[in-house]
Amino acid sequence: MGFPDRIERTVEIAHPPARVWAALTTAEGLGTWFGDAATIELRPGGAAQMTWTSGEKASMRIERVEEPTVFGFTWGINGLPDDDPRRTYVEFTLAPTGSGTRLTVIESGFAQLPEDSYRKAFDGNTDGWASELGELVEYLDANAA
Amino acid sequence: MPTRPDIEAVAEEVFTALADPSRRGILAALAATGPATSTDLATRLPITRQAIAKHLALLAEAGLVAAEPGERRRVRYRLRSAPMQVAQQFLAALARDWDRQLDALQHHLNAVVAAQPTRRTERNRS
Repeated sequence: MGFPDRIERTVEIAHPPARVWAALTTAEGLGTWFGDAATIELRPGGAAQMTWTSGEKASMRIERVEEPTVFGFTWGINGLPDDDPRRTYVEFTLAPTGSGTRLTVIESGFAQLPEDSYRKAFDGNTDGWASELGELVEYLDANAA
Repeated sequence: MPTRPDIEAVAEEVFTALADPSRRGILAALAATGPATSTDLATRLPITRQAIAKHLALLAEAGLVAAEPGERRRVRYRLRSAPMQVAQQFLAALARDWDRQLDALQHHLNAVVAAQPTRRTERNRS
């Protein structure tokens, strides 16, 4: 089994959780150490975005906000099309340690294969051409309606 | 209905295909200019027709290309992106550099502390 579904790291940080939390959950923080600029709507279901001067961007959907211990979001998998339903889940956990913080980041979901995309991907071996023409016809019909 | 392929097996087919320079050439040609017959590919690549036919059969078996009817009843081969996207997920996991990112976070936090009013001159120097 070599396909990694989950990446996990823990680091000891010499700063209190409140400060780490701010670096993880504010536009100022994310736009400094992670992206070159960031926006964030800090609530479950909220949107966040990081952009880089190279032109790259990452769009996140905030999932968990439990200040100052748990912050989670989903984002797309690098290299897959923007509208691909596959997304990984990133969760930061902060635990106080004396004067500092033990920060754990877990990113999971790299090995997922949603059922519908699987069908599209692997059942279509023989009828690929026919189904693409079919989709074109459906599209034209829908736009004529 | 075929059984659901193991995601690992799908990625492995892609990497096996890409490990061979001839197959890499065929896949690259299909990616660059779209569906082609084995005759088209033989004229464009420094590979014999027989070898191209053999590689195409292997690639089709692995689901990396699909055969479809072309002009004058010639079979055309089309690149199938789905297995490539599975391989891409694998690469994305390897390319996700949390070590570098967490280093950057530590540096950021240290810089924020260094930027406190009493340390302003030190920060300007760094």
